[in-house]
Amino acid sequence: MMSFQTFMQHLVNGISLGSLYALIAIGYTMVYGILRLINFAHGDIFMLGTYFAFYAMTSFMLPWWAAFVIAIVLTCVFGMIIERTAYRPLRNSPKISVMISAIGVSFLIENLAIVLFGGRPKAFPIPPLFGNIINIGGVRIANIVFIIPVITIISLAILLYIINKTKIGMAMRAVSKDYQASMLMGIDVNHVISVTFGIGSVLAAIGGIMWAMRYPQLMPLMGIMPGLKCFIAAVVGGIGNIKGAVIGGFILGLSEILIVAFLPELSGYRDAFAFVFLILILLFMPGGLMGENIKEKV
Amino acid sequence: MLKINNLNVFYGGIHALKGINIDVEEGKIISLIGANGAGKTTTLGTIMGLVKPSEGTIYYEGEPIINRRTKDIVKKGIVLAPEGRRIFPNLTVEENLILGAYVRENKEAIKKDMQWVYSLFPRLKERMWQKGGTMSGGEQQMLAVGRALMTKPKILMLDEPSLGLAPLIVKDIFEIIKQIHKEGVTILLIEQNAKAALQIADYGYVLETGKVVLEGKGMELLNNEEVQKAYLGEAQ
Repeated sequence: MMSFQTFMQHLVNGISLGSLYALIAIGYTMVYGILRLINFAHGDIFMLGTYFAFYAMTSFMLPWWAAFVIAIVLTCVFGMIIERTAYRPLRNSPKISVMISAIGVSFLIENLAIVLFGGRPKAFPIPPLFGNIINIGGVRIANIVFIIPVITIISLAILLYIINKTKIGMAMRAVSKDYQASMLMGIDVNHVISVTFGIGSVLAAIGGIMWAMRYPQLMPLMGIMPGLKCFIAAVVGGIGNIKGAVIGGFILGLSEILIVAFLPELSGYRDAFAFVFLILILLFMPGGLMGENIKEKV
Repeated sequence: MLKINNLNVFYGGIHALKGINIDVEEGKIISLIGANGAGKTTTLGTIMGLVKPSEGTIYYEGEPIINRRTKDIVKKGIVLAPEGRRIFPNLTVEENLILGAYVRENKEAIKKDMQWVYSLFPRLKERMWQKGGTMSGGEQQMLAVGRALMTKPKILMLDEPSLGLAPLIVKDIFEIIKQIHKEGVTILLIEQNAKAALQIADYGYVLETGKVVLEGKGMELLNNEEVQKAYLGEAQ
């Protein structure tokens, strides 16, 4: 039986990982909600966010907060550029073309990253504010583990405000239901889609930077596995549904940490749990936990 | 006000509009009638910039509007309440109306128009916090018209506003159309319910397989033998 302290440590770790998954999963679900497209490049956008922050701090010697802001802005712009160059020209093409384009963009970013950033892992410089370790009742945990859920909640609150209370948020919800009717109201659908990619990329960058402070090893292919898992989190929650993505993210993050904690002999299969989840969900609840009934295949 | 000249549209390989001429005069109610597939909806879609014509011109207040973006056409004061209502089912009534005013900036004027729409459709005010998709067909049609009015149109185009509604509600809707018209909005109405559409129309056009086959004053068309045979049925 594990001690209470150890359990708390795992629980906190799980919540922290779940928060990161939630942030990234939202990007998948928002883009799917509006374009009915799985943005396969989303994991790579996440990776770019970490590298942008890394270079801003190491090559440009910026203070961490400035580096983070710049990384988030750059990632946002990058996400919108991907939409404009790889997805927008295919707006009226069959969905399969857009999907292939998404996979192509993903490979392109990964390989460009290998060429430009180098294939060797880089160590992310963690600012002391986030890296310091605190001791609460025998539980020793880095600050960042607590900061992650807090930042996640703040980001979610802002996101929900934008979606529910602002004009652009209303337009996003309208476009996700009916393109043509939105156009007839004078809504610039392309602009709305662009903003959606921007928001998703901002969240991916926030998630990426926090990820890098938690697991401070940067690699050009580091976005693949978190990307896949967060896609699964979005599907588990019900793709297209933001609350579902958050719940899916937490379920995946918590169970990944806790299963390994309770059954250490399974730790080699750590990455496999998400896929088992995906199979189970697709078998028994294909619409996801909070999803609408899915009528079309993608 | 709105002048359509020799409009030709191809849909895939189909010649959907074959040189249509329509003239919408300011302050009038104009009706387009015709069977399914006659080209009515295509005509309105082309005016809104959703469909690109292969030939022909559309002038609005003396200015060509073909190849303009839909957004700019809405800004100029033309709006379409589309067939099948197409309200946003996941948004509340109030949010649907706010989106109707998407291209407008003047918050005071928007608020005033919201009150105007609520006075036209008290039903919508009662349901302002309800999701659009949970309302009845008639209420959704009111919302679709209200949402279109929120763009502050000079020309309101209505595509089959009576589709799938009970006769009593159809009567209400047509009363409201008349009232909106009285308040200074020019109306271009598409209907399969030819009788109702011609009764309120100043001028009407009959479309058949992409061509205008007849036009005239509303009452004249209503009494026209061919129109009666083809669109109003023997029993009328």
